[in-house]
Amino acid sequence: MKALIRPILNWLDERFGTGSVEEFLRHKTVPIHRHTVWYYFGGMTLFLFIVQVLTGILLLLYYRPTPEDAYESVQYIVTQVRFGWLIRSVHSWSANLMVLTAFIHMFSVYFLKAYRKPRELTWISGMFLLFVVMGFGFSGYLLPWNTLAFFATKVGTEMAGAVPFAGKWMLTFLRGGEEVTGATLTRFFGFHVAVLPGLATVLLAMHLLLVQQLGMSVPPSVERATAEGRQPPRVMPFFPNFLLRDIIGWYAALGVLGALAAIFPWELGAKADPFAAAPAGIRPEWYFLFMFQTLKLLPAKILFLEGELAGLAGFSLAGAVWVAVPFLDYRAGFGRVTRFFTGLGIFALGFIVVMSALALR
Amino acid sequence: METPSRSQTPGVQPGRRWVNLLLGSGVVASIATFIYPALRYIIPPAVGESTNRSVVAAKINDLKNNSGKVFKFGSKPALLVRTTAGEFKAYSAVCTHLNCTVQYREDLHQIWCACHNGLYDLEGRNVSGPPPRPLENFEVHVQGEDVVVTRGA
Amino acid sequence: MRQLLKFSLVILPLLLLAPSVALPAPGKDSCIACHAELEGKQSEPAKKFDTDVHHQAGLSCSDCHGGDPGDESMNAMSRARGFRGAPTKLQTPEFCARCHSDIAYMHRFNPKMRADQLSQYLTSVHGKRLKQGDTKVAACVDCHSVHDILPASDTRSPVHPTNVTSTCGRCHADAAHMKGYNIPTDQVEKYRKSVHAELLASGDTSAPTCSTCHGNHGATPPGVSSVANICGTCHVFFAQLFEKSPHQAVFAKMGLPGCVQCHSNHEIVKPSDDWVGTGSSAVCTGCHSAGDKGYVAAQKMAGDLAKVKTFLGRAEEILGTAERSGMEVSSPKVELTTAHEALIKARVNVHSFNDVEVQKQTDQGVEISQKAYQAGVAALAERDVRRKGLGVSLIFIVLAISGLYWKIRQIESGSQM
Repeated sequence: MKALIRPILNWLDERFGTGSVEEFLRHKTVPIHRHTVWYYFGGMTLFLFIVQVLTGILLLLYYRPTPEDAYESVQYIVTQVRFGWLIRSVHSWSANLMVLTAFIHMFSVYFLKAYRKPRELTWISGMFLLFVVMGFGFSGYLLPWNTLAFFATKVGTEMAGAVPFAGKWMLTFLRGGEEVTGATLTRFFGFHVAVLPGLATVLLAMHLLLVQQLGMSVPPSVERATAEGRQPPRVMPFFPNFLLRDIIGWYAALGVLGALAAIFPWELGAKADPFAAAPAGIRPEWYFLFMFQTLKLLPAKILFLEGELAGLAGFSLAGAVWVAVPFLDYRAGFGRVTRFFTGLGIFALGFIVVMSALALR
Repeated sequence: METPSRSQTPGVQPGRRWVNLLLGSGVVASIATFIYPALRYIIPPAVGESTNRSVVAAKINDLKNNSGKVFKFGSKPALLVRTTAGEFKAYSAVCTHLNCTVQYREDLHQIWCACHNGLYDLEGRNVSGPPPRPLENFEVHVQGEDVVVTRGA
Repeated sequence: MRQLLKFSLVILPLLLLAPSVALPAPGKDSCIACHAELEGKQSEPAKKFDTDVHHQAGLSCSDCHGGDPGDESMNAMSRARGFRGAPTKLQTPEFCARCHSDIAYMHRFNPKMRADQLSQYLTSVHGKRLKQGDTKVAACVDCHSVHDILPASDTRSPVHPTNVTSTCGRCHADAAHMKGYNIPTDQVEKYRKSVHAELLASGDTSAPTCSTCHGNHGATPPGVSSVANICGTCHVFFAQLFEKSPHQAVFAKMGLPGCVQCHSNHEIVKPSDDWVGTGSSAVCTGCHSAGDKGYVAAQKMAGDLAKVKTFLGRAEEILGTAERSGMEVSSPKVELTTAHEALIKARVNVHSFNDVEVQKQTDQGVEISQKAYQAGVAALAERDVRRKGLGVSLIFIVLAISGLYWKIRQIESGSQM
């Protein structure tokens, strides 16, 4: 094995100058401590993203983004194309898994305060990546053009219209018109396979470059313990030790995906009928449920604002604060733990979990 | 922990060999189970088009003039008629009254439903009996030997 | 000389025109001109006449009533000028028939038009009673209106199919008017509940209304023995089956009206499957009681219908589940339409009152439904067969993971030395 790789790497080095990359990788280390397990979630999200790209490209070979053909083309993939059912179910399940790991990764970074100086940009690019991932989920959900997808999109884009001033424009921009139609499908398809992948690539490149440049962050508590001599500084080489462990995780994820595809195949549903009444209990995918449930629970009016509007404003504010947390929690840059932000994080996590659970009842 | 080695090649222990074998075979086999479906997937199936929109209803020699044939179109029956003049026409075979399957009557030169004696003309218009609406018309094109029936967009 | 010329050139033409100024111009109708300016009932005919089909055909008041439309004085309405006046109720049929029974005359306006309305009318109950002096019955203008008569094909005409029920109902649903005739007055109310009324209201003018079954000019209630013939003009298969069934002879002997016995005559509603059999809504138990052959046959037929519906429902359910979870089941679905057809045909065959005929259809329906059900089961099983493939890939994955694990241990134990 090694006898094969060495000549190839040398050949590449003579042309691309990859020798420096090799050197870097050889010396890259990963700290070992009580919280090391959380380090795996970023790579897991990346791996699932790659699964999405590959299965997505395969689906692209047969999918047709028009209201007349979309449902039928997915039906065709799932019934006529060999292993089409597998590719399609893996794509749908992996999407959900990726959103889950992305959230876990984000919250673990938050609670371990990895966003502190000098990693502010890593956090910001990561947050935008999270928004992009949720955009992938929202746009992709419509593509099979079944009843659930159609009405979930209707409800979801309706929210955009509630924003003051820009609301009407945003709604029309998202829907490609006043209502959810074939124009919406075309547009969402464009977002899903071109716009969002482009954005994701740029943000990912930035995010990964920063991670390599700045190395792995060590939680403040561990840093302190090491500085005070209570804990020896332990590291493992990234290559091959950490990477091999990463790969174990990725294999396990593949196994889980395969099991889900075979045991809980993703349903085709019924073809969307824009003129039918919305079925009872329409709701968006689980990662939007907490927002959906909050808006449902808000009273019709809060002070001088319409309830829905206040809710949207609240979420926008919360999002802005969350993205800006490295600057707000600047004390973390000095290794100091500000209890307020830990509390805020626990509140946010609890809020999301409780609201999602309520919506599922 | 040193394992006593049987082989005298320095640095290569039988334990190591087994691990490499396990790893190698596991990785290769698992990659094969991923690559194999993907490769089969890429090859287009025999039925190129979704049968909901377009179907080869018959070969041109299957029907003589003044005859009809019921065929499967998506998950509903459809009717292909070859008129006395030799022209091909196609309609949904689902009667607009109570969804029985209609048929071509060579003696009447009309389309007949056996359930309640409904009749349609060769344009699909309901002309007699209970059917309240005409039959849905489909487009017919002859491609070589094939009579292709398509549903309009 | 020049004066004479001036006179001739100017005055003479005026003199020539004078008669046309002094008298009503040709086509100008003094009847309409005068009556339009009168008050109340006297001006009604003139005002309504614009839309009248007779007016469109170029006829005028005098063509029916006689008199002289050119005379502006009251002389226009003198006997000498042929004035006939307004006919009495009893005179109406012959008054209209003066033209409408004259084939040669009518065909000048519409070659297709029938000219037998009077002779038909005289055979009807209305016509016969009128001849006996009863002025309460319907004559021409009661249904067709007068002075604003529209052709029956015009939707505003009181004899357009969608309006016929209200027109007949004006008398026949009026209990006070119908006192003494000893016939029911609830026909309109009952008819409005029927499927025929529903179809007519939706615009299907081929649906039957009063005149379809009773006739229009020769309006007569169908006799008990001929009711089935009337229903059978549209409901062909049912009439044919009934005729061959044991009920035909029995009903005739008992003087029972064929179809009406179970389906009613005016309140013909959509039948349901529980009319067949021995249940609470069944019509069979009206005559049949426990133990007789008819009772047994009814039970059997109801049972068979229920059976095919159950199997059909089960097959539809499983195929629906399979399709929604992404399996290809279009072929069994197409096959199942034949089972649905068998149910429809079974319902038709009920009218043979022979449970064997019904069973022939239901058995076919059950067989096809079972096949389709099996196809659904197979589709769902195929979906589950994929777990086998999953099992294989999981083995390899476990292999790879264990290989990785041992590799890590090996590397890390080596580096610790």
